[in-house]
Parts: sequence; C-alpha cells; structure tokens
Amino acid sequence: MRGWLFVLPALAVYGVFVLRPLALTAQSSLYRWDGVGPSTWVGADNYVAVVTDPGLRDSLVHALLLVVAFAGGPVLLGLALATALRPGPSLVLVLPQAVPPVAAGLAWSVLLSSTGAVNRALEAVGLHGVARTWLGDSSTALAAVGVIGAWALLGVCTLLLSAGVRRLDPALYEAVRLDGARRWQEFRAVTLPGVRREVGVCVVITSLAALSSFDVVYVTTGGGPGGATSVPALEVFYLAFAEREVGLASALAVVLVVLVLAVIGPVLRWSR
Amino acid sequence: MTALLRAGLVAVTVLPLVELFVTALHPPGTYPPGLTWPADPHWSNFGLALRTARVDRALLSGLLVVLATVPAVLVLSAVAGYGLARFPLPGGRAVLGLFAIGLVLPREAIVVPLYQQVRELGLLGTTTGLVLPLIAVHLPFGVVWMRARFASASAELSDCARVDGAGPWAVFRLVHLPLAGDALRSLALLLVVWTWNHLLLALVLVDDPLRRTAAGALGAFQGRWGTDVPLLCAGALLITAPVVVPLLLLRHRFADALLAWTSVRRRR
Repeated sequence: MRGWLFVLPALAVYGVFVLRPLALTAQSSLYRWDGVGPSTWVGADNYVAVVTDPGLRDSLVHALLLVVAFAGGPVLLGLALATALRPGPSLVLVLPQAVPPVAAGLAWSVLLSSTGAVNRALEAVGLHGVARTWLGDSSTALAAVGVIGAWALLGVCTLLLSAGVRRLDPALYEAVRLDGARRWQEFRAVTLPGVRREVGVCVVITSLAALSSFDVVYVTTGGGPGGATSVPALEVFYLAFAEREVGLASALAVVLVVLVLAVIGPVLRWSR
Repeated sequence: MTALLRAGLVAVTVLPLVELFVTALHPPGTYPPGLTWPADPHWSNFGLALRTARVDRALLSGLLVVLATVPAVLVLSAVAGYGLARFPLPGGRAVLGLFAIGLVLPREAIVVPLYQQVRELGLLGTTTGLVLPLIAVHLPFGVVWMRARFASASAELSDCARVDGAGPWAVFRLVHLPLAGDALRSLALLLVVWTWNHLLLALVLVDDPLRRTAAGALGAFQGRWGTDVPLLCAGALLITAPVVVPLLLLRHRFADALLAWTSVRRRR
C-alpha cells in the first residue's frame, strides 16, 4: 500500500488536469452549449454534424492527407537515407525537433512566399509557370503544410531508422549478396524486415504529429485559404473559442481521439 | 555521392533557420526576396524586437514557465515511476494504462474543459494556471519513461539497502534515484524543449502574450508588427536561439533522448 503514496501525487495532477477534462469533453459533446449559459441535451446531433457539415468533414479528410504527407515523406526518404548513409547521418538532423514549430512555420512561410527562395529557385531553372504563393494558393496550401511537417520529422525518422539499420547483422547482407541479390533485393530481403519496428515507431510519431498539427497550421495559414488547410485541431480551437460552439467542438475532439487510435492502433500491432 | 547527399540533407535541415536569419537583417517593413544577404544588414532589428515588442519579457516568462514546469514533472515522474515499477500495486497496471493514454492523446481533446476549469479556479492568465496543465500533459511520458528505467534496476540493490535498515523512501532517494540520473537528465532535456516550444495551452489559457511560453509570444509579435516580415523573423530567432544553440552543442544527448522517446511510444 505504501507504493500508492509514490504514485498518488502524479496521478492526482494528471487526473485533475488531463483525465477530468477528457471526461468533460466526452460529456459536453452530447450537449449544445455556448460555454457560459445553460446547456441543452442533443444526444448524437453534434456527431452527426461533424460528419455531415462539409467544412468539418473536410478538416478530417485534410488531417488524413497530412498523415500521408507527415508519415510517408519522412519514412520513405528516411529509409532511403538510412540505407545510403552508413554509418549514419549528421546529428544536426535533430535540429527541427528543437525549433519551436511556430518559428519553423514562419520561416517556411517566408521560404514559400511569392518572392521566396523556393520560387526563386524554380525561376532560376526556368519553371516560371510553377512559381506561386504556395501557402496562399488553395490548390497547394495543404501540400505546403505537408512539406513543413515532413521537414520537421525527417531528421528524427532518419536517425531512428539509421540506428535500426546499424543494428542489423552484417552476415545477413553477406548471405544475400552471395545469393546474387541486387541492392533493391537486398533492401527488400534484409533491411526492410529488419527495421520493421523502427518503421512502425516512425509512422506512429509522424501520424500523431499530423493529427494534432495545430502549431504549424495556426502560424502559416490559419486554416485558409478558404478552409483549404483546415484541420480538426484548429477547428476545435475556433469552434470553442471563437464561435462558442463548445458541444460541437467537443464532438470533433472526440472524433479526433478516435481517429488517432484508429490510425496508430494497427501500426502498433503490425510493428510488434 | 554520399558526401553530396549528406551535405544536401544538412542544408535542407538548416535552410529555414538560415532564411529566418538573413530575412531578419533586412530593413524593417520590406518584403525581402528569399535567401539574400541584405546590402545593408540591419543588426539593429534584434534590438528593436527586444525593445518594441518586449521580447525580453516574453523570454523571461518562457524561462519562468520552464523553471516551474520541468522540475515538477521530473519529481512527480520519478516518484510515481518508482512506485509503479517497484511496488506490487493492485491496480498498478490500470494506472500505467491511464498514463499510457496520455502518450497519444492530442492536446486538443482536453483544451476546452481545461480552459473552463482554469477559469473556475481563478487562474486564467496566470503563470500558475498555465504551469499546472503543462505539468499534467507531460506526466504521461515522464511516468512511463521513469517506470521503465526503475523496472530495469536490480532488485538486490533494494534488498541490500533494506537489510541495512533503510525505509522505502530512503531506498528510493539514496539508492535508485542517483542511479537513474542519466534517464532524468535526458527527460529534463526533452521537457525543456517541449515546454519552451509549447503553443496551444499558452494561447488558450493566457491572454497576455508576454506572460506565455516563449513560443506563445510569437503571437504577440504578429499582433504588434502585423506583416513586418524582417521584425517577425528577428523576434522568431530570439525565441528560437535560446533552445536551439544549447541543443546543437548537446546534440548527442538530445539525439539519444529523442530516440529513447520514440521507443517509449513503441512499448505502448
């Protein structure tokens, strides 16, 4: 029983400031409430609104597209880099994990602006037609946010995968090489199965980052232009604090939690 | 070929920071073309940012939040992690499961009731009202991390100390805690970075941007200067440098800590 004295202080703080709010989110998702006045029971109406309202449904789709960008880019590139760069890449790659996302977002807005470095590079190679205000164009804004997220996560994924590759037994490589395997076959037969766990971890952390991508979107586009980069994390914030739709915001937050579990659950099982 | 790849990778990694730096040196109020060294570098922009937007106060507030949050998380995590690892608690696994939920929980899922709760406590807009939730959201990782560390410690050690007459607290404090120094230092490093860079809770719980976390102050610059890009970049660099420069020096430990952080996610 003495053990509980050790656990209780942390559990109390966690219970009051995380678990209680979480339970209250679930509860208020069933009410219509402006955050101040009386609330009305509406059952599942808020959840129906989350999946039928085009704006909110779009934000969920955007979140899933960002999962593809945040996870796909760093994992595929990271695998290629970890295979190509042995014994491993420079540790400077940890840098994006230390930069405040708000500062990174600002820096990328400058890089991707109409007169920014990205457009100047494109124009330098003759691609004048491609140049645009990447974050201000509704057809490219979400992809641009995806690039920023991929930049933030590429380093840590590459380092993690690279550590996985280093741990693999060199004898395995020798064995498949004796069998006459080419580099691609070598990668398929030895590297990829060997770093499966690391790939799983990368997919989990990048997916989590994509699904709660509040900071970068808030600083770069604010969800615009025209809702092109709206994400649930941002919509919860706007719904609750600008539009005073606390019930709807809570329902969206619950759906976001379900989405997180639905995305990372299978990955965790696969990579075990 | 690989040397080129290495160099390219580093270049892409530092590119945004280089852009922040050169843009911050352009004359205030201009829209500088990307990645160009200004004809007449305005080093004074950093001083201007410090004075006119009171970035100095924002940095001080950010530091205060870190100093209040990180030690509290370290102490609570170490003690709770030890309790969960070394005592056969009925329901201990369930408690660990509760903390594990927090590992994957988006902050957005709790932010609205948290705002109501901090308001009811009368702590809205105060450092305390921001620090308490920040401690709580970082506890899941801290507890799971420290529990894993203490679970791998040798049982004979505790037995020896007990035979010598040490109580449970003394065994923890004098035997196990000193041996967990490395895990605590790595945890501290990650917590400093995460707290310094935290935006969402600071934005919601504190109206005055100069009383938030360091990252939360960037909103103040945007309000103050609107679209004055060079000054915005100068301000952003001022809040970035205090965490990025030390971490570049400590990059080995930071890389180790980050990789260990990811492995905690896996074990769950």
